[in-house]
Amino acid sequence: MYRYDEFDAAFVADRVAQFSDQVRRRLAGELTEDQFRPHRLMNGVYLQLHAYMLRIAVPYGTLAPRQMRKLAFIAREFDKGYGHFTTRQNLQFNWPALKDVPAILGHLAEVEMHAIQTSGNCIRNVTADHFAGAAADEIEDPRPYAEILRQWSSIHPEFTFLPRKFKLALTGAPRDRAAIQTHDIGYHVTRNAKGETGFVVYAGGGQGRTPMVAHKIREFVPVEELVAYTQAIVRVYNLDGRRDNKYKARIKILVHEMGLEKFKAAVEAEFAAMKPDELKLPQAEVERIRAYFAPPKLPPKPARSEALEARKAADGKFASFVEHNVTAHKTAGHGVVTISLKAIGAIPGDATAEQMEAVADLAETYGHDEIRVSHEQNLVLPHVALDDLPTVYDALAKHGLATANIGLISDIICCPGLDYCALATARSIPVAQRISEHFGEGARAKEIGAMKIKISGCINACGHHHVGHIGILGLERKGVETYQVTLGGSGDETCSIGDITGPGFSEQDIVGAIDTIVDTYVANRRDVSEDFLTAYRRLGMAPFKKALYERDTGADI
Amino acid sequence: MPQIVSANRLTDGIVVFLAASDAWVEGIAGARIFDDKASLEAGMATAGRASAENIVVDVAPVEVAQTPRGPEPKHIRDRIRAAGPTVRTDHGKQAAGL
Repeated sequence: MYRYDEFDAAFVADRVAQFSDQVRRRLAGELTEDQFRPHRLMNGVYLQLHAYMLRIAVPYGTLAPRQMRKLAFIAREFDKGYGHFTTRQNLQFNWPALKDVPAILGHLAEVEMHAIQTSGNCIRNVTADHFAGAAADEIEDPRPYAEILRQWSSIHPEFTFLPRKFKLALTGAPRDRAAIQTHDIGYHVTRNAKGETGFVVYAGGGQGRTPMVAHKIREFVPVEELVAYTQAIVRVYNLDGRRDNKYKARIKILVHEMGLEKFKAAVEAEFAAMKPDELKLPQAEVERIRAYFAPPKLPPKPARSEALEARKAADGKFASFVEHNVTAHKTAGHGVVTISLKAIGAIPGDATAEQMEAVADLAETYGHDEIRVSHEQNLVLPHVALDDLPTVYDALAKHGLATANIGLISDIICCPGLDYCALATARSIPVAQRISEHFGEGARAKEIGAMKIKISGCINACGHHHVGHIGILGLERKGVETYQVTLGGSGDETCSIGDITGPGFSEQDIVGAIDTIVDTYVANRRDVSEDFLTAYRRLGMAPFKKALYERDTGADI
Repeated sequence: MPQIVSANRLTDGIVVFLAASDAWVEGIAGARIFDDKASLEAGMATAGRASAENIVVDVAPVEVAQTPRGPEPKHIRDRIRAAGPTVRTDHGKQAAGL
């Protein structure tokens, strides 16, 4: 993975010193809260419902074991022994004291981590496919390009005060696992007719109160023009994006109001106006960055592992784990292991310090020193030999990390909601916990098959509810929590925004409503091979609406 | 409706309430209750001074009902804020019996 050079190390150290002084001045009363707030936000420090919250960047979701151990140390030393992995591949601590934040940032800098640009109206942490560099279906690892964009966008003087926040995502396989079409800019790695690598460019996607699927604005941008083209897009946005209304300030609104063709023309004009070779990526520099992401040298192994097969035959739980949590690796005899942070009834995305250390141990011993954080709030060991899977599974099980539910109904994305977040209008975690307990990871969950439930506790949509196969949005109506349901959303390459079923459901009724939706799907699918999303796209809303709202409530009395 | 005055402590962000002594306390049971507009305005002025003195941030009045257990916020958001996360009862004020 990428290692800081002298410039990076000095840059982060300077920033820690700068923010430490700002905290000192704030605590000494030399800065008012109004003066201090922009500084703390630019360093990832929010004031939430119960305390401060620190959001730490995990660039493109890649972590080394030493970094994970440091997060565990901080959780134990400065927080309450746990952290929360977010839908932007970051980590949040819920209880840090402001006075301790300088020390925490100092510890993070020791392992080449920081909290810069995890908040504020700037280019945020660049996200990527969590299986990057490992998945069998990959065209090319997108992370070197994510790293180049990270370096370019870090405290970029022109783009530090954008109209609103700006999110970039990249994916390197035909299957989009990074939800790029819900981002301000999404880059999909592709190859042109000559076999050269480049990117299909999407812009203007986003969730929040006005969800929009990104538009494809260019079929091919070559690698060498990646940064220049990104600058052209962000420059058009920075100049023309609205600053009069923060709810209309994202690029998606600009694209919508300008119209796609006009927006595309503006970007192309900006791009054409650059000097020849301006921001052109030198091949040598691309190769230098790419070398950091060279795949580990995996010893050749037979595709079939006898150790794995023997354990599968003897242990149904292990077989289920392999079926749901292990994805095909590009190297025979290896697998990509997803570690569920969705134990049945647990808080999605939360991990204790002990669990973080257990994952770090496994990454060191069996995983070639690599860990990934997925936007679906799970962890990944991207390079594990199939022969080692029984041992890895046993170690995970000891720490409550072996739940075999990846991609199933209990693998729920969920924001912190009103249990932690100052912006939330309703709780989201208890709903996720009850749905998880209701469906579990057993026969019922398997019968339902592939299902993505995503829950947000307010319209800002951190829980990605708009692109959930079933989306749940927590709102407040006259002081009471109520839950609006959407169906048919998807964050993959067939991206779509879910349709609202109708009136919302009470906290008491929401699990029953989800059960009704699931039963309706199972009763109406062609066969078990037709997953929920496919069935919904064929059936439409009508049967679900009927089942939810036209039940003869007197029939059973 | 009766109100109390709440804020977050500057140094650690912990939720605090203005007490009768004009001190800031962590437990809502110790919060001073303001029954009318004039007394609330005086309470908010006290809180404003504490904010100016960098003791607290984000000062706000909170509507409460008076119960035998003490003031209980009317709104769920303020109830969670006064107790701690409903999904982690081992943390927040509820864990300390406040």
